[in-house]
Amino acid sequence: MIPTLFWTDGLFFLVLAMAGALVLVMRRREHFRRPWRTVSRSTPAMVSLVVIAVYLAVGIVDSVHFFPRADAAGSAAGANEPISLLDHWLGGLRTRTEKTYSEPFAAYAYAKEHLPTADGGQRWDYPRLTYGGAHLVDPESERVRDIAVTGVRGAGQGGLMWLIAAAGIAALIARSRREPIGRVVHRVARGQTPLPWRAMLLTLLLLCVGGGAIAEWSAHYHVFGTDKVGADVLYQTIKSIRTGLLIGTLTTFVTLPLALVLGLAAGYFRGWADDLIQYLYTTLNSIPHVLLIAAAILLTQVYMAKHEEAFASLALRADLRLLFLCLILGLTNWTGLCRLLRAETLKLRELEYVQAARALGVRDHGILLRHILPNVFHIVLISVVLDFSGLVLAEAVLSYINIGVDPTTESWGNMINSARLELAREPPVWWSLAAAFVFMFTLVLAANLFADAVRDALDPRRAE
Amino acid sequence: MTGAASVPLLQVANLRTGFLQGGEVVRAVDGVDFHVGAGETFALVGESGSGKSVTALSVLRLLPQNGRILSGSVALAGEDLLQLPELMMGRVRGRRIGVIFQDPQTSLNPVLTVGTQIGEVLAWHGLRRGRAAADRTLELLEQVGLPEPRRAVSAYPHQLSGGMRQRVMIAIALAGEPELLIADEPTTALDVTLQAQILAVLKTLQCDLGMALWLITHDLGIVAEMADRVAVMQSGRIVETADCKRFFARPEHPYSRQLLERLPRLSACRNHRDAGGDAPPLTLLEVRDFKVYYPVRKGVFQRVVDQVRAVDGVSLELPRGRTLALVGESGCGKTTLGKALLRLIDHNEGELRYDGVNLSRPGSDDAQRRLRAPMQIVFQDPFSAMNPRMLVGDIIEEGLRALRPEIGHDSRRERVETLLVSVGLPPDARIRYPHEFSGGQRQRICIARALAVEPRLLVCDEPTSALDVSVQAQILALLVDLQRRLGLSYLFITHDLGVVAEIAHEVAVMYQGRIVEQGPTAQVLLAPAHPYTRRLLAAVPKLRCG
Repeated sequence: MIPTLFWTDGLFFLVLAMAGALVLVMRRREHFRRPWRTVSRSTPAMVSLVVIAVYLAVGIVDSVHFFPRADAAGSAAGANEPISLLDHWLGGLRTRTEKTYSEPFAAYAYAKEHLPTADGGQRWDYPRLTYGGAHLVDPESERVRDIAVTGVRGAGQGGLMWLIAAAGIAALIARSRREPIGRVVHRVARGQTPLPWRAMLLTLLLLCVGGGAIAEWSAHYHVFGTDKVGADVLYQTIKSIRTGLLIGTLTTFVTLPLALVLGLAAGYFRGWADDLIQYLYTTLNSIPHVLLIAAAILLTQVYMAKHEEAFASLALRADLRLLFLCLILGLTNWTGLCRLLRAETLKLRELEYVQAARALGVRDHGILLRHILPNVFHIVLISVVLDFSGLVLAEAVLSYINIGVDPTTESWGNMINSARLELAREPPVWWSLAAAFVFMFTLVLAANLFADAVRDALDPRRAE
Repeated sequence: MTGAASVPLLQVANLRTGFLQGGEVVRAVDGVDFHVGAGETFALVGESGSGKSVTALSVLRLLPQNGRILSGSVALAGEDLLQLPELMMGRVRGRRIGVIFQDPQTSLNPVLTVGTQIGEVLAWHGLRRGRAAADRTLELLEQVGLPEPRRAVSAYPHQLSGGMRQRVMIAIALAGEPELLIADEPTTALDVTLQAQILAVLKTLQCDLGMALWLITHDLGIVAEMADRVAVMQSGRIVETADCKRFFARPEHPYSRQLLERLPRLSACRNHRDAGGDAPPLTLLEVRDFKVYYPVRKGVFQRVVDQVRAVDGVSLELPRGRTLALVGESGCGKTTLGKALLRLIDHNEGELRYDGVNLSRPGSDDAQRRLRAPMQIVFQDPFSAMNPRMLVGDIIEEGLRALRPEIGHDSRRERVETLLVSVGLPPDARIRYPHEFSGGQRQRICIARALAVEPRLLVCDEPTSALDVSVQAQILALLVDLQRRLGLSYLFITHDLGVVAEIAHEVAVMYQGRIVEQGPTAQVLLAPAHPYTRRLLAAVPKLRCG
């Protein structure tokens, strides 16, 4: 096992580390702690946070890559292709591919074939799947019962895991507040804790039970069916989580410095700097973004085709394409935030405390760092959280018109793109689209609910 | 103006109003009783937060979302307004009760013409339509004394000046031919001369139309000019109700007496300390032919087509350890001058000498920065003058960090605590945020911040205008005390001649970017030479002169 670090992995962890550092800094400042406390009291926000945390955990596990050991390589498809920790854990899901489409929980394929009969003739019928329901002797009579039993078993295991987690959380609360654990459990159950623990634990229970059942099912069935080449759709949609998260977070990595530096500079220094920056973003805004993105993606493709030797593995190429997509999305997306920051800075620089600081001989960078930046920071936070869900959706749209991520990268956009043809079949193949929709919808909804709470708490016009 | 009639027009009994805040009710008005007779002028006086505006909003049933009327009754000519359905209440507002709010800027709809806004009221109450409405609109605008009413009908609010807008507001309030006119701080946002004009308009109209006027104000000077009866409000309660004459002759409640005593009066300059006048004091700041122009830009290429002459050739001398008051109405350029003296705004022409050093020649950035320490500024609004995201201690030591980086952390902290004590605040205020302090306390912090770099000259830009009378007196006393202890010089920018009389040794009167009169306080205030100074003084309410 040789660990390896993709570009996007490194940057993703860097963003996470920076977010962590930011949280630590903000914890020390009362004026930041106050609005976040309001967020932490909001039930929808905290329930969303639990959901986002689960997605994030999947994304992190999927961002630890390594080359599988040489001796085990024989069984893996591409021995020199790196896989992630998630691939490792979901090993079976990745390798258990069928011939082609199969319905969710199916034991038979979706299309008829000529099958050899016992007497040496041929029969036109649905073949059994290689993996889905392979353990059943007579799928017709056993399947429904088996699904129910496995589901209950999985849900039970999930529930057990939840119990352990909940007990751990209760113990932690009890320790930090120095209360007997019985009292804590009682209060959580009645919803009397300042943080909405009851709602959060219920969400976690739902996720655990659902996750447990799906995990148990997926050992013997394709829970979300299989796609055209027989790959498991559940595996694809879980892998898509990382793509969605990366596009949502890495893009802000590009937008934030640009928007902050240019927005503050334009608003504070005025004059030619302001003119230049304004011309820059109005020009950029008047070019259709899709064109810019298409051009950038095609350029990278051409570049990679010309320098094939530098991009040895498929995974590396797909990764770089993802990175460039984030970069170009960032380059086209900073103008909105920049405009907001410029306007706010224009207002702030005329305020009396900035004038007083100038009279006290504070230098420009001191004023920008101590007076302007902290007072525009709520705008930055609000717009970053709001933009996240928009970017996840943007990926889907871009993949649909083939300028998104690499076709080999699992992403919701690619799944939806392929569903375009699948839905036109008769009978239609609906499960790819449904799986992508459910997973993406959950993430975007959670992100939006969380963003709403953040905006309500941080926006001074809404607070009281 | 016959005093209280036998059947009062408006009778408010035991009114209690509160605001829901985090599940608790905070009382703003706590058992208020009063009446307003027909044709009478009734003044409700109190400092900010005393609940006077909330009382008016309760009567009109226009409380904000979280406001609740808890108990009491409001009767308009015998009819209980609190029991009326909202539909009927809409017929009372604007028809039987007219209202004028403080800020004409935000009370008028900026996208509708004046005529439309008045016509709307006439149509809503079914008074006039079509031609008749247009005629009536014109008549109303004539009544409130708007110059060129025909042009004003089709004008948008932004095309009118502040005083004209307030006249339009009055016209709108009168459009419903109300029996009662509520005027909530009608002149607070206006200059003294405009204030006098608006008050005169209100008085004439009241006589002509015979309506009752309920005046809400913090300014006892206005009350003395206008009211028949006075009620003084303090923290949600009316502490004294009296006939106007009797009230000013013999105020009974200690709070009323305090309000009257603390009122800055012009006569204060008579008993001024002219003790310092023996030896001619040395000049600290000298300004010659000072000019600040704002360019007016137009077109795609932002060519400069004209200049706004904000400060147009000012010459001043500010003696060491004395106070020079710069007086003028809004827009006369006094704030611009103050900021330009501190080099927060560049000046176009003229000479600026501080202690013999010419500051108008730009040196290196660093030299310029070092020369900032001796001159500091205190602003009008203590709420926007401090960064809400910084601790008070960090705010005060900011100047020390910038101009005296050699001072260590511990001695800087010591300095901050000494400064806080010297402006009358506890040393532990250091580790709190500005929003935890009241307006007066914040102004003290601002003064401490300015004093941190040991300035010799403070430019005080209306430092007391945003404060209540009693707090205003405390801040003025603090400034006088600091001047005596530290030998500071003040350039005191204000529009309030009463404050000038209290604090200034000399006065300079500014009008349209120029100084029209300058001299010792007593001379300027008691024997004004320039016609503009005389006009300013004439507009000051008589009570403030006495």
